[in-house]
Amino acid sequence: MKKIIILSIVTLSIAAAILYGCSKKAEGRTDNLAALQPSKTDADAGSWKTILLTAPTDVTVPAPIATNSPDYIAQVNEIKSWQANITNEEKESVKYWTAGAVLRWNEILRELVAKYNLPPYQNPDNTYPVPSAANPLAYPQFPFANPPYAARAYAYVSAAQYDALVAAHYYKKLYNRAAPYNVDNTVQVSIPKSDLPSYPSEDAVVEGAAVEMMKLLFPGEQDFIQKKAEEHKRARILAGANVRSDLEAGEALGKAVAQKFVTRARGDRAGAAVGTPADWAKLETDCIARDEAPWKSLDLPARPPMLPLFGKVKAFLFDSLTAISLRPGPPPATTSSKMKQETDEALYYTTHDTREHYRIVHTWADGVGTSTPPGHWDAIAAEDFIGKNFSEVRWARNMALLNMALMDAAIVCWDIKYYYYNPRPTQTNPAIKTLTGIPNFPSYVSGHSTFSGAAATVLGYIIPENADKYTAMAQEASNSRLFAGIHYRADCQVGLTVGANVGNFAVNRGKLDGAGN
Amino acid sequence: MKPSLKILLYALASSIMGVCWYPAQAQTDADAIMMAKRNFCVGAVYGYSSWDHYWEGTLKRNNENLGTVSTQSVAVMGNYGISSKLNILFGIPYIQTKASAGTLHGLKGMQDLSLWVKYMPVETDLGAGTLSLYGVGGISFPVSNYVVDFLPLSLGLGSTNLTLRAIADYQVGDFFATASGSYVVRSNTTIDRSSYYTTEMHYTNKVSMPNATQYNVRLGYRTERMIAEAMLSNWTTQGGFDITRNNMPFPSNRMNMTNAGLALKYNVKAVDGLALIANTSYTLAGRNVGQATSFNGGVFYILAFHATKKDSNKPAQN
Repeated sequence: MKKIIILSIVTLSIAAAILYGCSKKAEGRTDNLAALQPSKTDADAGSWKTILLTAPTDVTVPAPIATNSPDYIAQVNEIKSWQANITNEEKESVKYWTAGAVLRWNEILRELVAKYNLPPYQNPDNTYPVPSAANPLAYPQFPFANPPYAARAYAYVSAAQYDALVAAHYYKKLYNRAAPYNVDNTVQVSIPKSDLPSYPSEDAVVEGAAVEMMKLLFPGEQDFIQKKAEEHKRARILAGANVRSDLEAGEALGKAVAQKFVTRARGDRAGAAVGTPADWAKLETDCIARDEAPWKSLDLPARPPMLPLFGKVKAFLFDSLTAISLRPGPPPATTSSKMKQETDEALYYTTHDTREHYRIVHTWADGVGTSTPPGHWDAIAAEDFIGKNFSEVRWARNMALLNMALMDAAIVCWDIKYYYYNPRPTQTNPAIKTLTGIPNFPSYVSGHSTFSGAAATVLGYIIPENADKYTAMAQEASNSRLFAGIHYRADCQVGLTVGANVGNFAVNRGKLDGAGN
Repeated sequence: MKPSLKILLYALASSIMGVCWYPAQAQTDADAIMMAKRNFCVGAVYGYSSWDHYWEGTLKRNNENLGTVSTQSVAVMGNYGISSKLNILFGIPYIQTKASAGTLHGLKGMQDLSLWVKYMPVETDLGAGTLSLYGVGGISFPVSNYVVDFLPLSLGLGSTNLTLRAIADYQVGDFFATASGSYVVRSNTTIDRSSYYTTEMHYTNKVSMPNATQYNVRLGYRTERMIAEAMLSNWTTQGGFDITRNNMPFPSNRMNMTNAGLALKYNVKAVDGLALIANTSYTLAGRNVGQATSFNGGVFYILAFHATKKDSNKPAQN
């Protein structure tokens, strides 16, 4: 008996040690990345086609000080003195940021989207408060980073970073100031060396553009964003990658370019997308006038529809008439036998809720408190881009193509949703209990399917060898909404097609932007 | 029935309390009873618990999109006496969840298997009564690939838990007091999503689960025929984060709860070895958990593989 006791104690102790010691930290896939080592520098990217800038010279970057000037030598000495006193925490920071500037700022944006993707709680009178950009810290905090808001945020940050990096490459080539480690070979370098001129710093360009855009997009997070920016710039000096003047010029350039995008964003009609009670009522009466059953909110208490005027937001890849031309034909009439059949199918999937369906539904749900479907596709893209060794400017270009497609997919999808104002399956048949939450907007067409169709099309162009994988992922994301019982089959199928059509505009832009693939 | 089965109930309760969105099932106390050598007690317990208010962090609220969230369970438990000082126990529940309002689908399935070793190294007369001390070690782990990340309708939290517990019991005449303290080490759990936000972003489907402590005190009346007792228990998660405003709960939330309850056990006179149990509990205070009211009822029977059915509600006598 003593043996049993001792054995039990030993076994439990070992098991406890294993559980405690080995599994407490859940390491993320991008926590410990190697430094970005571009397979080509894309030194001529200054000639790539910009999005908003008419030319790289729209923003002036002053000529840098010479590398033999006392001021430059002082800046090199600043690197050396910082390196001499580097802490372990700073070493971690350097390692984190050297994985890539576009990657890290995209991750930061996804994090903020997830933090802010929370529907406001109702008022005592069962109306809902609307977040205010003028008072972002009061409840409900601004913004409610729902999928359209998030898609737009990703697009603006990516596009601003891209234009700013194209301009940076123009000035790099123009001024041709070498990196500090190529000027003074006693500077320690903890990044892969490059013969790309380091003035202005592409990292600071990416950081400056992100900071400036995110002031608009997440006005309540200035402390957090500024702290990240300071860390990033400090990491570049500690890494021996840039002198201070590289960073200052880069940051100023990034901010100046982003200002042009901020101006565009202020006028892109997204600010009015919430609509008014009169707008909401009109959507319903128009639908009834077409002899169709109008969408009703299934939230309790009923919530106004999410961003009903987002379909009128100014797209990046096409004009408003083109956006309307991408609108598909109507869903099956709400009284038709076809709609009955599709409702029955949604019911069938929810009453045959297999574990594999839960896996699929929850893998792709990207609902409350997540970085949304566009953020999920950004994560998929980023994790694949990591292995491709793109230069920062190519990273930015590819993320911009993806995110402009995702934003424009949101615009077209929201236009379709509010044009048809079609009920969710559970509204048609309340017996349908869903495997994830029902989004608070009309059913036709599926947002997930539209986003996924667009993303898979763009990513399949950027990484052709993965095209089949992306298509399969998009199909699974689309299916997930049917399996969950929150969409009809038609919503999913048509959504994928509409998304692919939007994605093709980005692909066509990519073919002509001078970057090649 | 063997009162020692209560430890099984406790074992089960621990595993389910780990979920915390569910109230403790069955007995929520560590008992101070041992099965006699080569006696096997086995039984089934049905449980029902529900709540319509919960704590979102420290804010108590309801949710019209959930209504009343209920959990039904049927658990099979057993306790075998290797000796009167050393028992092994198991418990395994089947659980079904449901929300009365809103559109979310309920879940059902097998949850976690719990296995326990219970040892009584000390049993001695002290003053007017008898003092006994116990050490308990347990492990619980999922026996099905149930959905973890769909709180509050998930069946469990999916982690493998190791529990170490010390129990002290003092009985004077027909009255007793029992106190226990536990530390629960929880492994990472795995969710279906590839990333999630807690207070920061995580790009993994693995979730680090904070450990937990558990305390339990009970006072009552205990004879050969029956036990009637009142209990107070606390589960405190050592870390984790609060649900943010109007967000969904998450497995690694800081789930705390203090429960009060009453329990009865009766050894049926007419059938040697047959016992009935019933208990109820209520969540007095909590954090990131539902304010549950729960009821359990069960039947146990002792199979004696050795000697006669020795089922005493009192601590084993030498």
